[in-house]
This record gives sequence, C-alpha cells and structure tokens, in this order.
Amino acid sequence: MKMTGAEALLKILEGYGIKHIFGYPGGAVLPLYDAILKNPKIQHVLVRNEQAGAHAAAAYGKYKGVAGVCIGTSGPGATNLVTGIANAYMDSIPLLAISGQVDSSFIGKDAFQEADITGITMPIVKQNYLVKDPKKLINVIYEAWHIANTGRKGPVLIDIPRNVFEATVDFEPRNEEIKIKGYKPTYEGHQSQIKKAIKLINSSIKPLLLVGGGVNFSKAEKEVGQIVDKFNIPMATTLMGIGTYDETKDMALGMIGMHGMPYANYAVHHCDLLIAVGTRFGDRATGLLSKFAKTAKIIHIDIDPAEIGKNVNADVPIVGDAKKILNDILEGLEVVERVEWLDKIKELKSRNKMTLHKTALNPQLIIKKLGEIARDDILVSTDVGQHQMFTAQYFKFSQANSLYTSGGLGTMGFGLPAAEGVALAAGGKKQVFCITGDGSFQMNMAEMATIVEHNLPVKILLLNNSSLCLVKQLQHFQCDRRYSEVSFTGNPDFSALAASYPNMTTYKIENEEDIEKVLRESMSHNGPSLIECITSDENIVYPIVPAKKGLEEMIGVEKW
Amino acid sequence: MKYTLSVLVENRPGVLTRIAGLFARRGYNIDSLTVGRSEDEHYSRMTIVVDGDQDIVEQVAKQLHKLIDVIKVNDITDIPHVERELVFVHVKGDSNNRGEIMDLLEIFRGRVVDLSKNSMIVETTGDCGKIDAFIAALAPYGIKEVVRTGKMGLIRGERRKN
Amino acid sequence: MNNENNIKYNGADIILKCLEEENVDVIFGYPGGSVLPLYDALYKNNNIRHILTRHEQGAGHAADGYARATGRTGVAFATSGPGATNLVTAIATAQMDSIPVVFITGQVARRYLGKQSFQESNIVDIVKPITKYSYQIKNVEELAIEIKKAFRIANTGRKGPVLIDVPKDITVDKTYFEYPIEVNFKPERWGENEHTYSMVAKMLSDSKKPLIFVGGGARDASDEVKKLAEKLKAPVIYSLMGKGVLSDKHPLNIGMIGMHGTGAANYAVHECDLMFAIGARFDDRATGDELNFAKNAKIIHLDIDKKEFNKIIRGDIHLHDDSAIGLFKLLKVMESEVFSHQTAWLRQIEAWQENHPLIYDKSGKIKPQEVIEAINTASEGRAFLTTDVGQHQMWAAQYYEASSGRHFMTSGGLGTMGFGLPSAVGAQMGLEDELVVSISGDGGIQMNSQEMMTVRANNLPIKIVLLNNSSLGMVRQWQKLFFEERYSHTLFKEDDQPNFVMLAQAYGIKARRISDRANLVEEMTEAFNEPGPQFIEVVVDNEENVFPMVPAGASNDRMIFE
Repeated sequence: MKMTGAEALLKILEGYGIKHIFGYPGGAVLPLYDAILKNPKIQHVLVRNEQAGAHAAAAYGKYKGVAGVCIGTSGPGATNLVTGIANAYMDSIPLLAISGQVDSSFIGKDAFQEADITGITMPIVKQNYLVKDPKKLINVIYEAWHIANTGRKGPVLIDIPRNVFEATVDFEPRNEEIKIKGYKPTYEGHQSQIKKAIKLINSSIKPLLLVGGGVNFSKAEKEVGQIVDKFNIPMATTLMGIGTYDETKDMALGMIGMHGMPYANYAVHHCDLLIAVGTRFGDRATGLLSKFAKTAKIIHIDIDPAEIGKNVNADVPIVGDAKKILNDILEGLEVVERVEWLDKIKELKSRNKMTLHKTALNPQLIIKKLGEIARDDILVSTDVGQHQMFTAQYFKFSQANSLYTSGGLGTMGFGLPAAEGVALAAGGKKQVFCITGDGSFQMNMAEMATIVEHNLPVKILLLNNSSLCLVKQLQHFQCDRRYSEVSFTGNPDFSALAASYPNMTTYKIENEEDIEKVLRESMSHNGPSLIECITSDENIVYPIVPAKKGLEEMIGVEKW
Repeated sequence: MKYTLSVLVENRPGVLTRIAGLFARRGYNIDSLTVGRSEDEHYSRMTIVVDGDQDIVEQVAKQLHKLIDVIKVNDITDIPHVERELVFVHVKGDSNNRGEIMDLLEIFRGRVVDLSKNSMIVETTGDCGKIDAFIAALAPYGIKEVVRTGKMGLIRGERRKN
Repeated sequence: MNNENNIKYNGADIILKCLEEENVDVIFGYPGGSVLPLYDALYKNNNIRHILTRHEQGAGHAADGYARATGRTGVAFATSGPGATNLVTAIATAQMDSIPVVFITGQVARRYLGKQSFQESNIVDIVKPITKYSYQIKNVEELAIEIKKAFRIANTGRKGPVLIDVPKDITVDKTYFEYPIEVNFKPERWGENEHTYSMVAKMLSDSKKPLIFVGGGARDASDEVKKLAEKLKAPVIYSLMGKGVLSDKHPLNIGMIGMHGTGAANYAVHECDLMFAIGARFDDRATGDELNFAKNAKIIHLDIDKKEFNKIIRGDIHLHDDSAIGLFKLLKVMESEVFSHQTAWLRQIEAWQENHPLIYDKSGKIKPQEVIEAINTASEGRAFLTTDVGQHQMWAAQYYEASSGRHFMTSGGLGTMGFGLPSAVGAQMGLEDELVVSISGDGGIQMNSQEMMTVRANNLPIKIVLLNNSSLGMVRQWQKLFFEERYSHTLFKEDDQPNFVMLAQAYGIKARRISDRANLVEEMTEAFNEPGPQFIEVVVDNEENVFPMVPAGASNDRMIFE
C-alpha cells in the first residue's frame, strides 16, 4: 500500500491499538497533523505545552501497559519534550516520542526551529533514531515500538524530518516478531537460580518481600499477593512499587526509604532474607548502602541485568520477568509459620504508628481521608514535594497501578498532565485525583485548558502552603532554618485562576470538618474540579533518614 | 588494573557517541579505544581498554550490553587473545645518529615510513609493553610527536564461537 | 598570591564570589535539593538579587531576556534532574540566537553520579549540542577557574550559552578563593587588516546597486552601520535578529527580508550587484531558495564566526572580524573617499516601496497589525519589546518601529513559543525603569503563563499584550495556504481557552480586554502609562494572514502579497 510516511506512522500506531496521542502542531509536523486530521481511529489531544504532552503520554502508557505516544514539532517542540522523556527514562515508563525535524536537506545548518534532538536525548532514552531515509521509516517505527515496550521499558524517540513525513512509502502491516541483533531481553529466570532462591526462602525465619516498580509493569500483583498471604512473608515497597498489595492489610508495611514508614525501614534492618523484586535500589530507598539490610541475604529479581550488583550485591540474582519468576518460585515454596517474625512485624507496626501533625488543616489528614473514602475507586497522580510523600505514607493504596508519580527524576509539574493522560487511558471510567502543591501546580497548570476541553474527570487536590515546603524542610535541617527562596512572596488566587477556565468547578476546604463533605461533593459529578486547601508551611515529612545514614537511623520516630 | 573489552557494534552513525557518552556518564575512564569495520560490513569491532576495579568493569560491560546498538561484549582480559598496537614516532635524527636509530628499529622490528633532513617518522607494532619500550628507547634522540592507535585484540582459537 | 587572608570558602560561596567578580547583579532561578548550599549562600548574600520564577524554563528565558536587553551575560540557576532538563528549551533558544547566558545547575553528589540517583540527569551531555561549552566541575579547586572560563566563553567571540554543572558535595567542600585574572581556553582569533578593508571599500565604491544586510551579529555595531549606510547612501535590509540595528525610522532602512520580509527588501536582494552582509548567518527563513539568493550580486560576508562562511551562501569576500571593529576599520579606510550616490538604484527601491507597501484592511474586527501600530503610538517608540512566536511575531517584525537592536527581542532561530513573557521579566530586571512590553498570541502565552506570578510578585511594570485570535495562527495560515484549509488542531473553541482577563486577575495583575477599534490606541496608551504590571488582551481577527509571504524554499522574489 502506497501512502505518506505520516500516514504509515499512524497506521502502525493504529495497529498497536493506540487510541490517543498527545501533541502540539508546528511547521515540521504539518504533514503529520494533516494525516491526523484524516485518521478517524486515533484521537489527538492538543496539550498546551509539549512538556505536558510527554508527561500525559507517559502516564497514559503506564496505565495501558504499552507505550503512550507524544508529538512535538522540531526545535522548541522537541526540546520541550526533554523533561518528560528524562522522567520516563528514570521510571522505566514505555514512551514513544515523535519529534518533527527540519527538511533533511537543512539538517546541520542551524535552520529555523532546528535542534539536534537525537544528540540532546541520547543520555535519557532507551534508544533514539533520526530517520533521513524514508525507506527506513517503517522499520524504525516497528523497532522503536518493540524496544520501548519490551524488557526494561523506557522512552524511545524518533526524529522525523518533514520531507520524510511527506515521502511516499510502501506500507504492509507486519505481524512477525521484531528481531534486533543487539537486543534480546531475558524473560525466563535461570532455573538453578530459582531453585537457590526457593531454598533460601523456605529456610528463612525472617523474610521480607520488597517490591519495586518492576512488579507494577509486569502485572505481578497476584503473585505478590500469594507469596504474602499463603507463605507468611510480610512485604514492603519502594515508591514505585506502591499499590501492588493492599496497604491496609496487616502484612503490608508500606514504603521504605528516606521518608518511608518507620516499621518498613526497621523490617529491612531486622529481616534475615530480603526478596527484592523489580527494584533498582535507588538511593532514596536504601539510605546508606553499607548499612542496608545488613543482616539479610538478598535475592534480587530484575529484568535488567545491569541492575544486578549495581548498588546492592545480591546473594541470589535472577534476571527475568517478575511475574514469570515469582510464579516459578511459588511452585517450590513451602508454608512456614514464622509466628515470631510476624509477631515482631505486628509489634513494629503498633509501636511506630505515624502520628498526624497538629497543624491547622493537616495535609496528612486530607490525604488519609481521601484514601478512606475512595481508595478502591479512584486513580491518583501526584506532583513532587511534601504532598507526594504524604500521599505515599497516608493514602494507603489498595489497587495495583493506581498511583502515578515521578519517582526517579522527581519532576514537579508531572501531576496534572499525568492525571490528564490517565483519565483518557481509563476511558473516563475512573475519576483521577491529582494531589499537588502550589509550587508544582504552577509548573504545568496551563493543562487545565486541555482538561476542560475534554471534560476529563480530573480532580485537582491542591495543598497550598505558599511555599516549596520539602526544600524548606531541608533548609530547616541542613541550613539552620535559613529559608532561601522557598516561600512564595506571592501566589495567584488559585480558585479564581481555575475559575477562569470554562467548566472548571472550584471548591475550598477550610477546616477539618469539611474535608469529607467537600471531597465527596467533588466526586459526585464527573467533570473537572479544583479543590484548594490552605495548609500550613510548618509541616515536616517524618521520618527522615539523614544523608549518609542507614534506614534504621531515621529521625522523627520513637526509638526502637 | 587494566581490562580489555572486545565489543561488536552496529556500524551506523552515532554509535561511537553513544558508547563514549556512556563512559562519561558513568564516570568510567577509557584508556584507549580502537574501532574499525569487522568481518561483516554491518558491524564494527571495538577494543576498549578500561582502567578500574573488577566491579567497575563488570558494570561497564553490562551497561554497554544494554545499548541497543551493541551486539556483543567480551571481557578478554583473562582469555587467551592476541593484541597489537601500532605507533608512529616522529623522532629527531640526522646523518649523525640515524644509524643508531636504524639499529633500534631492527631490534623492535620497526621501520622508517618517512624521512626528512633532520627527522624521521618510524613505526612499529606490538603489544602495549613493547610500544612503551620502543618510545622509551627513542626518547634520548628527541621525540617530536607520537601517535598510537590504541590496543586492538581478538580471542585466540575457537573460543570466540561459544 | 592573595588568598584573601587565607580564609577557606565553600563551593557555594565561591560561586557567588565569582558572580560578584563578574558584576552579576541578578540571577533567575528555582531552588531544589542539589542546590541547597548554593541557595543558602544566596540567603547570606546582599549583593546579588535572586528572582524566583515559577518554572525553570521561565528562569532560563528571563536570563536570556536580561542578556538581550543589556548585552551583559545573564545567569540562571536550577537544581539537578528536572530542574536542569527544564532549562533545555531556554538553552537551545539562547544558542540559536547567540545570546550570552551562564547556566549553573546543581548535580547530585559525586558518589551518586552515574547510578540513576534521585534527581540525577546527565545534563552536561544533554546540552552538548546546544551550548558553546558545558562542563561538570570535578573538584572545588577548579571551580573559580571554570566559572571565569564560562563567562569568558559566553560573552566573547560569537556569544552563546554555557552550562556549568556543580555536584552538591563540591558546593560544600572548602578551599581558598582567588579569582583568576585570565584563563586558558582555545582562543578565538579574528581581525582583518587594512588592506582587506581597502579592497572592500573599492568594491563598495564600484557598486551600482549596493545593499547592506544586517543580522543579529551587528547588534553592537549600530553606529557604524548607520555611518556606513549614510556614507554610501545604500539601502539597509535586516534579518529578524538584525531588526533595529539601524532604526526602523531611518529612511535607508527598507525592512526585513525573507519569508515575511517587505517587497522592497526582497526585490532589492534579487537585484543588488553587491551585498554586504554583517553578522548575518543566512538562515533559511531569510534566504529562501539559497541558489537564487542575491544571484546577481557579489557578496561580502563579515562575521565573527568563521564557521558561518560558505555554510549556506558562498561569499566572495570573507571578513573574519568583530562587526563593530570591522566596520570601524572600514570607515577609517573610506574616510577620505567620496562616494557617488546611486540615485537610480535608490529610485528603484522607492518604486518598490510604493508599489508594495505593507498594507492591511482596517475593517471588521481589530487587525493584529493595528495592535502593533498602537504599541508604536502608545509607547512613543520607547518600548523594549519581547515577542513570542507566530503570526504576531512577524507582524511585530514588520510594523514595530524599533529604535535600536535591543528594543526588539525575539526567539529567531529556535522559534520558541513561550519566550515572550519570561524574557520580558529578564529585560525589565536589566532595564530597570524603561518601558518593557511583551506581546504574545493565545498559544504562546499559555506555554509560560505561570510567569505572570513572577511579574506580579516582583511588581515588574511589564505591559503584557495578548493578541487573542483563538488559534495557532501561523500554523493555521500554513494549513490554509498549503493544506487546503484542513485546520488540524489549530483552532480553539471558546470553551477550550481560559478567560485570559480573569486569568491575569487571578495573579493580581490589572487586566483589560479591548475588542473595539475605537478604543484601541486610547486604552493601550492608558495601560502603558499606568504603574505596575498591566495585562492587555486584544481580541483580533482570526482570519488575518501574514503577507507578503515567500513560500518555503522559493526564491525571495517569488512573494505572495495576498
């Protein structure tokens, strides 16, 4: 079939079941936008800044389990994608970024809106391509899709010059497996390693399962549930692993790390076996590496062989897909009672209850209430800052893949476009709460326009403390309370600002009695809304594992 | 300690940048890097010499392998392999001492590739130790310029096919 | 050696001391974990003002705007990871337009490098293609040297952005402070001799149809360009970046060339027998079909960057020199000579100007061109104008009467939407009490609208003019002309857009909407004369197109006028 390169791109995406793409038009992508207009199967979502498009597509892809697609024109359109791409790279989110490029005859001449985007993104993509030859376009698209969506997932960028979009190509849909010589991800775990792991687990008296984001990607939440429930193994998570097991249950310890739950951190310290699945042992999760799980043997399951031994040396490393390997392990597990260990876990949990701050209109309480009301129904996105940590601590997630947050890169401004992407991915069936702070919200709040345009069920829960409070908190401890450039001397009237967008409902929560009422009211209709809560800038996220300290050396909790 | 990696990569633009970028990004120091087309025109073979400890080299190898354009990574340090390096030395030398230099070349199996009135360019190949010794031996005559290719290596015998 | 009494300072203090040595008075930035020590040092510093933007991209563009407005090096801070990546578009923008900006980014501590640590990104590699120089500091001892180097590189030769990445632990490490007097880096050398300039003078005097073409590189050579043009009585044309180098009110200035240039300018390019290009890089938007560009002319190309010679257009004479110094030398050589004025050539130019003036129809809704003319009137030519990208940018280039190169600031090379508002923040900081006006379309303003808060919080008296045509007008125009009016994602429905007046008011900025032609000039004047920030939305005709237009890739004499 003869068609243009742009049409072929859309045909391939169509074949992969893509329903929405996020982008912003411009000169170099004109032929693509013309093809988009003529394509009835793919809906284009016009964002208000390409950065938002990349975040929205990433969240969309994370929900769907396959890459989301974002588009930017050449030059600034492409460079605006950079933060979104870096964010997806750090959190291993599948993403296909399409950038327009100037005509191939202009490349390298500093032409209007030319940027060397493949050079720029080289450190932050799984792979990228500049397609100068139209004959190679189709192959590249198939290859890019395959790479983004397999193995350890990640962002792939294809830079397509305008004339390549326009060129006539010969397109035949392809069904055969994509083969790339230098790329063969491992899915099946090594059987002898699995046997070793089983043996270790069965003989362990104090095992702890540590679940990372890889489990969410591999959709191994059932397997995790079985290991915990049937075999008496308590579990904790990293920030990215939240939701893989119902956090309201006794066996769930919640998040570990710098601002982890105290009992989760203590459990890591006390366990004799750490079964780490789909985690890269990021510095925020482990604290000082030499003190991390010091008394434990470690089983490390990960799809990326380069993660094995990168930060933590494992006694039994297993490379492969979490779901497959956990299933293999489950076959060999024996039920061990572990009464003492489970009692100890209970004791840890009861002695280290997280207490709410006494500040007016406590953000922790608002998030806790939201969890109580809605945890089984809604999806949540967050921005970066105190509210992100409070959400990880107090919401208590019960569904897999229900939290969308920027873990590795810590990108302020991720929350709102992510909520937009997730809401579209969920087909409007689920309400999405974007929990955000006043600093982060200002970074991409122009997306309210996109949200009202599509009347998405996005509820913006704005915890407004008129400051960059997580940085302020660091200054409190590290700079002797010298608060430098973290208190906003002025903030917009956020409710008025939201009200300037048509069909955006606004609410305010002014005191604790209102919390439940207002949250329920906002959920009673499906349209977008902003719920502003004026909170104190005196809150501090506890516990804190200070720099260069082990997890068990955290401050802000009762000493064990 | 120095480790030698033999790396088979796709022969396409940007691959070298990707590999160099990876080393820079992770703070690994490249001692030398040689690259050229392999037996198959679609692939190039690189020999990379890295300075570091065992853990670092293991990470280098893994990270290299993660690059889509990298097909195969072999740490050949402890595997029997052949290695060679080529050097050009631009050395001062006139009619007075040219004879001595020629004698040295004999010992190192080197040869003269260019000759002018007061200097000459000489070459030799060998392992890195020999090259170092060659340069040291020429030093007293006055070295103007040195260019070395860096080490290239290939596993001996059939082992490569496993 | 004077180590300031043998006191050791930490890296953060050293950075600020270096900035003081460079006479930096304002920094635009956003704090974060990796820059904590730097912000702590700022807290204790009374000499440097920090402007907290609401997004790092805003900080980057503001530093760029500061540099464009003042000619001094702008400075922006951001934290590691997303803070640094958020700067990328601003860096690329500065690179394409050769603007001197030093970006200082925080980085995770050295022991965390290369491990995908929290908020780690390899920004030095990311920005390699879009900076003059980028470098990660290795230890505190080299910090002062590298910062000195950064400023030297940014603001000498062909100017441009430099990024210095500083791991957090280095900002805590201590050493003695000594600011180097000079630093070593690969020196750029330029400068042509008198003999060459005599030859140029001869060519100029032999020419029957000379044409002077100024670009952004001539910005610091306004006086010399004026003298040269007047001496030769030669018409002057400009690229987008060269607007204002010769005042737009000067009779010899015949307008911009290129895709949306004036008829006279584009025809003159085609007809001239000698083109003297000064600090212009012959961008594709300026040259159109490069094979047909000035094809009847000999070309003298004066540029400080020798990479530009023969890159797109083959010059007959290459003058590798600073534009102001080069022209000064040329004028000196020409001092004693008398030039015969080419009256026939000037008459021809006048005829083109008469036959192809910039025109539009002043009926129906307010026309965007009228808004630019209203800005001319209301500001009495005083306004330092920043623009976004799109149709309004081209109308500003055509209709705005810039009295100097610094009076018109626009993202020319990268064409970055969202540049207008934050760059005005920087310009206003640099220009203090001068009148700064930013103009945007409704697409561009949404890209960085959060910076209205920076404007308000610092009570910067910027006049923000929004030309609202409810569309991405430039792209729409292309779709109209080249895609049979298939408007794909370029038209906004009313419900898709915020109420911009309410939006501005939510920031505490006084706002008004103008939709009646009768009030346009009066309201604009009133707003310009009020103190503090003002937001002026003008509802304009959304069917208006930018003309003349040279279709992409066509020769400049193939203009469409309507």
